[in-house]
Amino acid sequence: MSQKLRILTPVKRVLDYALKPRVNKTQTAVDIAGMKQSLNPFDEIAVEEAIRLREKHKDRVEDILAASIGPVKAQDCLRTAMAMGADRSAHIEVPESEAPEPLAVAKILKALVEKEGSNVVILGKQAIDDDSQQTGQMLAGLLGWSQATCAAEVKVEGDEILVTREVDGGTETVKAQLPIIITTDLRLNEPRFATLPNIMKAKKKPMQKLKPSDLNVEYKKSFELLKVQEPPTRQGGAKVGSVDEVVAKLKEAGVI
Amino acid sequence: MSVRRVTVLTGAALRQALPKVQLAVRRAFARQVGVSCRSLHSTRPLFQHETFDPATIERESDEVDVCIIGGGPAGLSAAIRIKQLAEDEGRDIRVLVLEKAGEMGAHTLSGAVIEPRALNELFPEWRDNPPSPLTPVKDDAVKFLTEKGSFPLPLPPQMHNEGNYIVSLNHVVKWLAEKAEELGVEVYPGFAASEVLYNEDGSVKGVATNDVGLGRDGKPKSTYERGMEFHAKLTFFAEGCHGSLTKQIVKKFNLRKGIDPQTYGLGLKEVWEVPAENWKEGHVSHSLGWPLKKDTYGGGWMYHFGENLVSVGLVIGLDYPNPYLNPYMEFQRMKHHPMYADVLKGGKCISYGARTLNEGGYQSVPRLTFPGGVLIGDTAGFLNVPKIKGTHAAMKSGMLAAEAAVKALASDAPGAIQLYDYETSIKDSYVMKELYEVRNVRPSFHTKLGVYGGLLYSGIDTLILRGKAPWTFKHPSTDAAATKKASECEPIEYPKPDGELSFDLLTNVARTGTNHEEDQPVHLQVEDWVKHAEAAYPDYKGIENRFCPAGVYEYIDDEKSAVGKRFQINAQNCIHCKTCDIKVPTQDINWQVPQGGEGPQYTLT
Repeated sequence: MSQKLRILTPVKRVLDYALKPRVNKTQTAVDIAGMKQSLNPFDEIAVEEAIRLREKHKDRVEDILAASIGPVKAQDCLRTAMAMGADRSAHIEVPESEAPEPLAVAKILKALVEKEGSNVVILGKQAIDDDSQQTGQMLAGLLGWSQATCAAEVKVEGDEILVTREVDGGTETVKAQLPIIITTDLRLNEPRFATLPNIMKAKKKPMQKLKPSDLNVEYKKSFELLKVQEPPTRQGGAKVGSVDEVVAKLKEAGVI
Repeated sequence: MSVRRVTVLTGAALRQALPKVQLAVRRAFARQVGVSCRSLHSTRPLFQHETFDPATIERESDEVDVCIIGGGPAGLSAAIRIKQLAEDEGRDIRVLVLEKAGEMGAHTLSGAVIEPRALNELFPEWRDNPPSPLTPVKDDAVKFLTEKGSFPLPLPPQMHNEGNYIVSLNHVVKWLAEKAEELGVEVYPGFAASEVLYNEDGSVKGVATNDVGLGRDGKPKSTYERGMEFHAKLTFFAEGCHGSLTKQIVKKFNLRKGIDPQTYGLGLKEVWEVPAENWKEGHVSHSLGWPLKKDTYGGGWMYHFGENLVSVGLVIGLDYPNPYLNPYMEFQRMKHHPMYADVLKGGKCISYGARTLNEGGYQSVPRLTFPGGVLIGDTAGFLNVPKIKGTHAAMKSGMLAAEAAVKALASDAPGAIQLYDYETSIKDSYVMKELYEVRNVRPSFHTKLGVYGGLLYSGIDTLILRGKAPWTFKHPSTDAAATKKASECEPIEYPKPDGELSFDLLTNVARTGTNHEEDQPVHLQVEDWVKHAEAAYPDYKGIENRFCPAGVYEYIDDEKSAVGKRFQINAQNCIHCKTCDIKVPTQDINWQVPQGGEGPQYTLT
């Protein structure tokens, strides 16, 4: 008998992908005050994948739990996840000023996994604000579980999971045993829209409100952010009319 | 037994006949649902050979007492007022607000200096926890600009801003939305109402949100979801200037019979962070004259607010005659005038956007009530042009409609509700009284004397006659009809943007944060792009490309075209300003809502 799947989908609230980030005046952080924040696109794909797994393997998926570590507003993202199809959610509240670091997040998620008895964790490969690409891997290390990152396709066969991963040279298919951490890449699926009827129903789904101390995790910062600055502005190029001109310009630049 | 002749088509004959067969099927379908197949639908019905017809899927529906379309100042004020009155009377009234922007306030753009009159009535203690930024106006100035210089103009009484505040309307709307939710209003951003639903007796039954997940060809994709219906005893249309559903309602109930057409202006705005030495907190200045010529109504503004922030922009009356005029480029070159350049120099532009606004005033306000609903806010058009303020009027109209609604909902009378009380109360309120007082100012600019005639007359009307003149000027025509042919006008050469004070269009469009999914039906509905190019290009030489502040419309060289140009609509750039629907001389662009949650994501506007 194949194991039942209890899926955890952690999600992160980040600056909307269509908005241009700006550095604040003191050059210590990205200024997101008043700008729209939404669900990290990779995490949205993760939630979608969890729901598709349930649609494909109806009886095996016992529970889909969405979780988020962040300030109070992160609850909006959890409601979106529930509107897409997650059964319930957990919000682990941390102060707004302290952006969670990957290792701290991984430790909290480990505690949550152990508390909820999850055996599959699907999350985005990276968050679009810090692009760390570390949380999934760190979580696998802390738990000692299989990991399949940058997934482009996920297939469940009994107690084995086949994941096709995006790698530099192309794609690679790995076979792993449960329990497993999967991090999603863009090509995995196209997330569904959270429809209005579902959003209205999601308001009634349960949401746990926790603090890191409730999970016996000491939440502290390991890094100090020294400086944030914008990349150098792109210098205009110059159009040249002939090959001789190209050569002359290159000589001028000291390249040849 | 009768013999029925059946024609079987195969091969080439089938291919030839297929379009006719499709047309017959299309007509039969249209007859069945009772619509003319030539009319442009809200949610585009799918005619081509699809395997299933999504229009046949039943939509989920929900019942509410009041459904409000549009979560801006008017819509939210109405919702809040209803809940406040319901609480006072111990009643339970279900109010729902549908907003097409992904987040409340994301599509809201305005100068803005607001008169707190309506806000004081709605929340007497709003100053205890106000929206931010909030900057009281300290001083006012009006200048007439020449190319390099300027001279001051006397301030008309309407433009004294004592007691008023410079705000980011986008932030005020967010603040109002939070207050509304605290009172129990159901606010749903990210859902666009695209279709009005009618009862059998022709009254408004409610609205439906649009289907999402349709491909560009109109066929459902894997993410297809049917929209949802909301049935309401009363539907408030608060879509803002030139609302798309309002356009249909006005036509259906003939709300403009005997009333002047609405005229509009296009406001283009940027928000800048400027060096502290250039910034004067609470300073409000307006300019007339350069770069606009005497035949074009409009003026610029500059407000110092927040912390080292400056709101700068230009409003141009859309009745401008010259199709070569490019409002965006006029705005960009205006910033090079010393009045603006001296402030903006060394600063950084952090936001850009544009939106049309009403200029018709008193003469253009349509009938506001119809069976099952009302029009509130700018979608009806209460903006006071000389004051350059419409927010307080929009909010007040929402509040008056709310009061009438609460009274009407208390009665159990059968049949559709028509809020006649609202029409009366708004006429008696400062909303219409203000508009009446300044009714002759804007139309006085329509004469051959252009700006000079207007300024002269307005001076007399506001300072001496104080609006009590025994006459009322009319608006001679719609903005689209006021456009002259390109052959009768001079092309305008605009200086290239320098990248520091002025910017090229696409750089600025990126600052709006606008985005639409590419694979969806084009929401700027033009029935035939080829025919449009043939009809519009020879006379107007690509006016659409110039009036759109987001670069949506393009005429691309194409040898195969009869006019040498191919018309292209880049719907993704759209910032929902509605200029095209208003100004296109051929009046064949129908602006319809795209998928909910898309469009601009304005910051600090």
